[in-house]
Amino acid sequence: MKWPAIGYVRADSLDDLWRIQAEHGAAAQVLAGGQTLLATLAFRLSDPKLLVDITRIAALRGVELQGGVLRIGALTRHAELARDGLVAAHAPLLAEAAPLIAHPAIRNRGTIGGSLAYADPAAELPACVVALGATIVTASAAGGRRIPAAAFFTGLLETALEPGEIIAAVEVPVATQATRSAIREVARRSGDYAMAGLAASLEMDGARVGAARLVFFGVGAGPVLAARAGAALQGRVLDGAAVAAAQASLAQDLDPPADMHGPPEMKRHLARVLVQRVLAGFQPETEAAA
Amino acid sequence: MNEIPTPGSIGLSREDLPNSYIGRSVPRPNVPKLVQGRATYTDDVVLPRMLHAAFLRSPHAHARIVSMDAKAALRVPGVVRVFTGADLAKVCDPWVAVLAHLKGMKSAPQYPLPLDRATWQGEPLVAVVADSRAAAEDGVAALEAEFEPLPAQLDMETALAPGAVVIHPELGDNLVFQRTALQGDVDAAFAAAHKVVEATFVTARHTGVTLEPRSIIADYNRADDTLTVHHSTQAPHMMQGVFAQQLRMEEGRVRVICKDVGGSFGIKVHVYPDEVAVAAMSRILGRPVKFVADRFESFASDIHARDHRIKGRIAVDADGRILGFDIDDLTGIGPYSVYPRTSAVEGNQVVNLCGGPYDFAAYRCTTTVVLQNKVPTCQYRAVGHPIATAVTEGLVDMAAQAIGMDPVDLRRRNLVRDDAYPFTSPAGMKFEGLSHHASLDRLLEMVPVARIRADQEAQRRRGVYRGLGIAAFIELTNPSPFMYGIGGARISAQDGATVRMDPDGSVVVASGVTEQGQGTEAILAQIVAHGVGVPVGKVRVVTGDTQNTPYGGGTWACRGAGIGGEAALQSAIALKEQILSVAGTMLQAAPASLDIVMGEVVDRATGTPRISLGEIGRIVYFRGDTLPKDIAREFVQTRHFITKDYPFAFTNGIQACWVEVDTATGMVRVLEHWCVEDCGRVINPLLVDEQVRGGIVQGLGGALYEHCVYDDQGNLLTTTMADYLVPMSAEMPDIHVGHVETPTKESLLGAKGAGEAGTAGAPGALMNAINDALRPLGAVVTEMPFTPARILRALGTI
Amino acid sequence: MSARVEITLTVNGERVTRSVEARRHLIDFLRLDLGLTGSHAGCEHGVCGACTVRVDGEIVRGCLVLAAALDGAEVTTIEGLTDSGEVADLQDAFVARNAAQCGFCSPGMVMAAADILRHHPGATRAEIREHLSGNYCRCTGYQSIVDAVEGTLKAREGTR
Repeated sequence: MKWPAIGYVRADSLDDLWRIQAEHGAAAQVLAGGQTLLATLAFRLSDPKLLVDITRIAALRGVELQGGVLRIGALTRHAELARDGLVAAHAPLLAEAAPLIAHPAIRNRGTIGGSLAYADPAAELPACVVALGATIVTASAAGGRRIPAAAFFTGLLETALEPGEIIAAVEVPVATQATRSAIREVARRSGDYAMAGLAASLEMDGARVGAARLVFFGVGAGPVLAARAGAALQGRVLDGAAVAAAQASLAQDLDPPADMHGPPEMKRHLARVLVQRVLAGFQPETEAAA
Repeated sequence: MNEIPTPGSIGLSREDLPNSYIGRSVPRPNVPKLVQGRATYTDDVVLPRMLHAAFLRSPHAHARIVSMDAKAALRVPGVVRVFTGADLAKVCDPWVAVLAHLKGMKSAPQYPLPLDRATWQGEPLVAVVADSRAAAEDGVAALEAEFEPLPAQLDMETALAPGAVVIHPELGDNLVFQRTALQGDVDAAFAAAHKVVEATFVTARHTGVTLEPRSIIADYNRADDTLTVHHSTQAPHMMQGVFAQQLRMEEGRVRVICKDVGGSFGIKVHVYPDEVAVAAMSRILGRPVKFVADRFESFASDIHARDHRIKGRIAVDADGRILGFDIDDLTGIGPYSVYPRTSAVEGNQVVNLCGGPYDFAAYRCTTTVVLQNKVPTCQYRAVGHPIATAVTEGLVDMAAQAIGMDPVDLRRRNLVRDDAYPFTSPAGMKFEGLSHHASLDRLLEMVPVARIRADQEAQRRRGVYRGLGIAAFIELTNPSPFMYGIGGARISAQDGATVRMDPDGSVVVASGVTEQGQGTEAILAQIVAHGVGVPVGKVRVVTGDTQNTPYGGGTWACRGAGIGGEAALQSAIALKEQILSVAGTMLQAAPASLDIVMGEVVDRATGTPRISLGEIGRIVYFRGDTLPKDIAREFVQTRHFITKDYPFAFTNGIQACWVEVDTATGMVRVLEHWCVEDCGRVINPLLVDEQVRGGIVQGLGGALYEHCVYDDQGNLLTTTMADYLVPMSAEMPDIHVGHVETPTKESLLGAKGAGEAGTAGAPGALMNAINDALRPLGAVVTEMPFTPARILRALGTI
Repeated sequence: MSARVEITLTVNGERVTRSVEARRHLIDFLRLDLGLTGSHAGCEHGVCGACTVRVDGEIVRGCLVLAAALDGAEVTTIEGLTDSGEVADLQDAFVARNAAQCGFCSPGMVMAAADILRHHPGATRAEIREHLSGNYCRCTGYQSIVDAVEGTLKAREGTR
């Protein structure tokens, strides 16, 4: 299907963007990598009047280490996440997640800001930023906000972004020696949206879990932080009993919908499997083998 | 038998001569243009004053069209005209897809656009023609249509029950066709059996997903009353007849041109209402009209296939002899049988093919073909074969398990003996010559069964579940008129080839069969090079143009090599005889003492070059005055070929699949796959192997992923490639292909066809492999696709 | 804001200036405005990979890129890649291995495979399969394509 009739304008700076927004109001739709937005246009599911191309706004680019946080510009492409040295060193979960997103040609265009703003419930990056306790830094004509990732995702394809507000960057607390993170998913084919996925970030306290953030995707209306399962791990050595405790807690954490892949009970089951597999990766090898 | 010369009698060059191309892996001459982006698909063709069509498609599974207001659409910039069913009915007649030899078959008249009622979601209802496809879509979006939704008949199980919605009231009920094949005393065989095993199988509704969507440009020229159609099709001559007949034109005034085709698999051998509508609109407008289906339209209007529920029983004695099969097949085909092949053939094939590889006494198989409000189904690659093979081989494996026999042993005990031919199967199929035992032996040379079984044991102890599955199959190819023509369809079972030599000694072959990527043109070039005696690079091939090729059926049912190839060989041999006759006169030698090798006429006994074809061409075409007056100068020969002794050729083969099932997630990984197939004479091993591999992946994809899913309102849910999952490179295995060659004696060439063997056997082999993996856990799956949810359910996990 | 946008960009090394409809995606721009029919529209929703082309040196889905956004960009299609000779060996390997049947996927597949040659010269068979996993081919079953890419990688490795 061809895209519906539409206007196009490029914003070369944030001020440019605010001016365009002021002129066109709600008719203006921000376009970043376009890998989701343009596909929805092809379904003629969305009908924006004007696309505002923000991909050349320098303020939205770049990956920088700023003290204890890694600031990742909203226009950072998935392919850049996968190969950026700072990301690999300080937010390895994102580097691990990037290759799971679609396919190389998509990763060359799609941006982290776009992925977070679209908030697909089966997408990897929303779950990752919640697991990492990241902060979503926004910008708008009225000024920016700093929104904890966990508060950013408010419902199915919905976020805390106000009209006219865009994501400027994501700030991720840098990983330490005590950080263990991993992402795993069960997808029908490589690059597909996951039937169920888990992004996990643990802060270890010696051999014990200090804090654990287990965030599922593909099993709810958005990224789902399994708070009870995380709590069940706290203070424990990562042994079989700890895994079982976390798995048992999932019943209260998750309320997955059915989809074309299967019923809610399948998603619950896959979530339990993912907990086991992800945590096994953090265990000393002898434990994992047992 | 055939009154044609044998290779010996006409001095066909020895197999070891340089220009002996039969059986040689010659690279396809078509590939460079494909990989350089220089092919010409229908959408690449641009004509002056060309318009573009888009269709309003039914949003309902079943609805009355209450009103249609096109005023706003006609105001959309670029929109030229809007056509309704009534508009097109003025110039275009409806069609009814039945075949007279399928007794009792019925279907309703189908118009290019329906007059007052939509019968499936996605049915084209109104056409908008504009100066661009985008504008035409804008016009469609501006159409104001009012529908009265009607109750829809979706479930094939209730299609014949009291209270069913009768989709075409004038037909009385939803029964399209029913047939039972009966052989032997089935009830007695089952009563006396040592074991009877039964199961219900479900094969999922699939579609072809050709990467190039259906594409057509119709160009009616009022000045000379001709319709030229650029069409992505498998059967140009058949479509020529269809357009002529429906548009009330003389066949000779319709020309169908088919350049490169981006995949077909049976999808592009049917008559689609939107494509006929395009031709009708061009007839009315007197301008070229292009229609290229977008992917959503493809999913909702390309034919679907394989929507079957099959209840099967097998009876075996204590020694593992198969006593009988008793099978009940039910299939839903949508609201219309598809023209002109009909939608009863798939079910009919299930009846013809179940139990096909085996020698047994009692057979009962019924197919029941019913209407429903879903996309029409029809023939898709390996029509009915994957269904019959999965049912047969699934039951055979279950029987082996029931009596504690190795599944390979049980097969060896029951496969039709290699020396038993000619053989008539319990289903009534006549086999000229098959090689089930030789193929099984070859497979067991290729598959390291002992190592696999040892690995399977070791892995199970680690909690890893792997399985090996086997599926033997037969494949019906090279249909005679007994398939369609006898039923009244104007579908040609014969095919022709014209071979000519030009002045420079190069050769051109024009053939009625067509190229969709199989390598038809490559093998035609090889065959003609072989037959005439020239380097293969000297042969040019013309296909896909009704005005410039001999009349033929096109490419389907694996007939390209067997029928088209034989016609090409015979005309090439005739041309060679003609050239040698002229050369003999020139050289004052007996033609029989001469041969043609690599474009040179040589002395047959010594191989000494005498004169080049280029020199002969120069003399004949430019200095004809130097030749005797009465010499025959026609360096052009045409031959047509049709099979006469058997209604169909049959090929056979056997596949093995080695999988790992992640029993925690229900995910299946295919580790390795093997296929031995006997397509008769192999013309080009490279091309045959890739046909087999591609077919296998299509079969594996179908069994693992592909499914046209409907909701309970008849809405198709899988309308994007993110929802209808096709097999991709990361998940597909490496595939080993082996061959046994049992050439058919019906032709010189001996080729039977290789395009569908892979697809026929792969789903059954995969199913048996999964069930072999799950056996220690007591789980069995028989419903395709084998999704994680179904496997977890079989395991009792969810 | 405009429904039409004037862009100047480099396509296959040639500078082109066109006024394009804002709604036109890159593949329609290439095919309809420039006559570069080597790139194909297979699904037009970013899944099949038939429209794979290079923009500023990296492969993209041509159906998910707005032509209007490409002012100043450098675009390479299968036609340009072929003319440059960059992947002549890969294309020869496709021919030798019969790694194309209907060919509709082939230009996109070659573009994606060229990306492997450039960025992942040491790719394993599994990595080749993974890298090509966004390019749908209905005909070949993929093995011949993987063979052709693997063979080209090995041959290049040998000549380095």
